[in-house]
Amino acid sequence: MKQIDIFDKAGEFAENKDVARDIRVDEIIPALERNEKVILNFEHVGAATQSFIHALISDVLRKYGIDVLDHIIFKSCNETIKEIINIVVEYMQEGIGN
Amino acid sequence: MTNYMDSRYHVDMKIYLPNSAFLGNIDPFLRHYDTSSPDVLEISANNKWISVHPVVLSLIAALGLTIKQENIQHEKFEARSKHYLMRMGLFKILKIASDITITEHEPAGRFIPLTQIRTSDELTKFITEMIPLLHLKPEQANTIGYIVSELVRNVIEHAKALNGAIICAQYYKKSNSIRIGIADTGVGIKYTINQSHPAETDLEAIQLALRPGITGTTRKEGGTEQNAGAGLFFIKSIASVNRDFFIIYSGNGFYKLLKKQSTIQKLQLNSNPFKDRHSKNNALPFWKGTVVGVDITLDQTKEFSILLKAIREIYSKDIEDRRKARYKKPQFA
Repeated sequence: MKQIDIFDKAGEFAENKDVARDIRVDEIIPALERNEKVILNFEHVGAATQSFIHALISDVLRKYGIDVLDHIIFKSCNETIKEIINIVVEYMQEGIGN
Repeated sequence: MTNYMDSRYHVDMKIYLPNSAFLGNIDPFLRHYDTSSPDVLEISANNKWISVHPVVLSLIAALGLTIKQENIQHEKFEARSKHYLMRMGLFKILKIASDITITEHEPAGRFIPLTQIRTSDELTKFITEMIPLLHLKPEQANTIGYIVSELVRNVIEHAKALNGAIICAQYYKKSNSIRIGIADTGVGIKYTINQSHPAETDLEAIQLALRPGITGTTRKEGGTEQNAGAGLFFIKSIASVNRDFFIIYSGNGFYKLLKKQSTIQKLQLNSNPFKDRHSKNNALPFWKGTVVGVDITLDQTKEFSILLKAIREIYSKDIEDRRKARYKKPQFA
């Protein structure tokens, strides 16, 4: 089980896509490759942009398919962040295979 | 690429600051600046009053930064409100002298002066340090931060603008609104969109750029690992549900989201910007780059999560519609 604390890396307003890419490449993907579950912990993160969430998870969904969501837990998200994650997951599912 | 940039680069601007140019009445200002002679920027102004949207200042500053300092000329400003130009940092960012002085007792108001942002880290620093100058409630600050982040990242990632993004913002007490202007002198929207999608005109490119899921970086639905093509659609949606103005100007193309009639209560979003109440123009003086202006009325700001639910519905539907449009049809004889 690998927990990644988003606040520690991206701050209270998660908008830096370069940070999101680094989390994805350096932490999420290696953990998934080791067959570990990944917890993305959004505690203390007040807001995130769609671009940040896209940079964080879209390539993971495309690489491993939608079933990878069984291995990722989004923890302590407020309503806004939940909604943005839902948007990204939905449009990626609509788009995968095209 | 070089030829494209050079051919549009050497234009001179004569800019006249009118007594009023806000998003609702900005069209005459944009139609009338003169691009006739090369490499000199001449700024003049109404001699009684100057009251302009931050986007006008961002536009002038962005232009000024492409011109040699010694070739920027301005007349002596007489208008009583001339201090506003000084407060917003117009002369400072252009590094030109001005005889306007500000005395200590004049209220500074809530504003973000003209700022140049060229890198991702500069943007993060700007959001952390400058947005608090507007003294907003957390929910409002997040909305403004969201808009600034998405717009400036577009410039950093796509515009190939040597001078980056030029941004400023102002709080208006009377309307309880924040007005934001961002300008760049990069390659413009048509050039970017044309990397992956056909668009004949600047206006067509703007229309595509405002649709959810359309990005110049790929034709694939879902975008690339770093780009989804949703940023501008989100911002237009924020302005739309709050019944605020939003403009985007690139090349010869101009799109303005008009205020919705207050009788329409339903939270309705359109994936096609031309289905929103709008005005458009495809024959403005050529702007080499992109200019965006947005108003956010704070007491109308819908709860962001409600807006996002509406975005989610329209976004998925638009992708589904586009996918269906690509289905092969059986041939019947």
